[in-house]
Amino acid sequence: MTTLTAQDLDKTYTLRSGLRFSQLRAVNGVSFELRPGRTVALVGQSGSGKSTIAKLLMQLERPTSGSLLLDGKPIGRRGKALADYRHQVQMVFQDPFASLNPYHSIGHHLVRPLIVHGRATSRTAPGAAKELLDRVNLPADDAFMARRPHELSGGQRQRVAIARALAPGPTVLVADEPVSMLDVSVRLGVLNLLARLQREEELAMLYITHDLATARHFSDEILVMYRGEVVERGDADEVILNPQQEFTRKLLAAAPEPGTNQRFLAEARRRGVPMPDHLAPQEDLA
Amino acid sequence: MSTPTPDPANPLEAEIAPDIEEVRAGADSPVSEEAVLTVEGLDVVYEVETPVHAVQGASFTLRRGEILGLAGESGCGKTTLAYGLNQLHRPPARITGGSVTFHGRDGEDVDVLALEGEALRAFRWSRIAMVFQGAMNSLNPVISIKAQLEDVFTTHRPGMDAAARRARSEELLRLVGVDPSRITAFAHELSGGMRQRVMIAMALALDPDLMIMDEPTTALDVVVQREILQEILRLRSELGFAVVFITHDLPMLLEISDRIAVMRAGRIVELDTAENLYFAPQHPYTRRLLGSFPSLTGDAGDFLRAGYSTEGTR
Repeated sequence: MTTLTAQDLDKTYTLRSGLRFSQLRAVNGVSFELRPGRTVALVGQSGSGKSTIAKLLMQLERPTSGSLLLDGKPIGRRGKALADYRHQVQMVFQDPFASLNPYHSIGHHLVRPLIVHGRATSRTAPGAAKELLDRVNLPADDAFMARRPHELSGGQRQRVAIARALAPGPTVLVADEPVSMLDVSVRLGVLNLLARLQREEELAMLYITHDLATARHFSDEILVMYRGEVVERGDADEVILNPQQEFTRKLLAAAPEPGTNQRFLAEARRRGVPMPDHLAPQEDLA
Repeated sequence: MSTPTPDPANPLEAEIAPDIEEVRAGADSPVSEEAVLTVEGLDVVYEVETPVHAVQGASFTLRRGEILGLAGESGCGKTTLAYGLNQLHRPPARITGGSVTFHGRDGEDVDVLALEGEALRAFRWSRIAMVFQGAMNSLNPVISIKAQLEDVFTTHRPGMDAAARRARSEELLRLVGVDPSRITAFAHELSGGMRQRVMIAMALALDPDLMIMDEPTTALDVVVQREILQEILRLRSELGFAVVFITHDLPMLLEISDRIAVMRAGRIVELDTAENLYFAPQHPYTRRLLGSFPSLTGDAGDFLRAGYSTEGTR
């Protein structure tokens, strides 16, 4: 079990416009801890630095200052130490239409990381890949392994991307808007899948999103970001139901929510019925 | 009612925008009984190897000043239907049946599907304007906002002189809450929300009776989205145009729409007022869509952390 700790992360980009240079502080003094079996949600507007944090965690960018610790030890930045880090920390990207290679089969997408990370040999890899497919509720057969990304729906593609992220056997998973590109009726399915895998594997998870409702229900702790800084943090229910900061309140007020909308509350009184609970179990459609 | 003009330099200090309900209630309902558009049995087919019946028998009547939400998932035919309303289809798409009738302010009816050539060109944008999907990226990156706004007038109002075009363009920007001094800016110099406002200004240019908005806020974050929605509602109260609002975000549609049509696989499966749809959805698919959005403040139900889950396979 692994804990990933971010301490005082800072990332400053230098922008150039003609001969003038300016500094953009994308991330400013952000600290948090990803612990086994717990999910931390990062919410905020576009451009608030959420994805920059994901890049820092994945070592796609280097922090300007601050440090990342894996189980208390500074993370490896090159060679074998970096490879070890990659075994431990994996990512699910936002857009499954772009993150899978259209040229390669689904099987290839899963077999490659299994072999590269030494989890299987070329002989055992196909079997291991099918196990991964089974774990993400996809058909675990040769026909499916032979298919290419364009033959799958968005939800299926994202399941493949999740299976691929699990292939190295990570203990920390970074999910950057994992469902925002998917059709609404499959979003909850994919999130529930992530939640189950997390429970089974005791994964430490960072869930980046701008959807406050799923952030609340899906995570244990929420960090609200504004212009590179964390302006509010705390227990998920607490932050959403009892926000302390002006910005958090503004973010919450902006989210469409018929359940607290005056027009629908008035209609419920007029009809003399309670507000409907639409999240009740769903019937299956042909 | 004062326009919320957020100061982009410091959004935290900008006044928290009024609730959409206040904007709705503030206007004496701009919806009139008079119809502005009647669609009957519209069929659109993509004539490829195995023809795809993308829209099947769509019928609805849109009243003047009404906001009709069109909800549904990718591939259900929402955009194809919207394109049918002003004949924007290109082959292989073909309208194979049905009618679209536009009812003008002067009481004259226009058979939209029969329009061609110059008459069609003149009709589009001046009576039915459109804010396209991904509108943030549909501004031309290499010419200024000014040139793009004025282009509408050069084409549709050839009689206007340069000063009048400039004045009207600036007025439009003011109307949508963009500082008119930004008129010389290029698309990349504006934020996503401002670009979206410019697109709305462009659609308003000829004072249309109907605006079709195809996912106008999808790429924006919730705070900017709310500002744009309020802008649309305010403009609708002021100018009285009707809106066909296309999105898959049902909670958002519930808040802004008068009526909502739910589409699935090319068909409108349910069409009712937002209230009826929310309190008494009839079609199983509508119930499924409503159930896809966990409530922010309510109980999570069986969702996620509770342990029980419906993971699905799609």
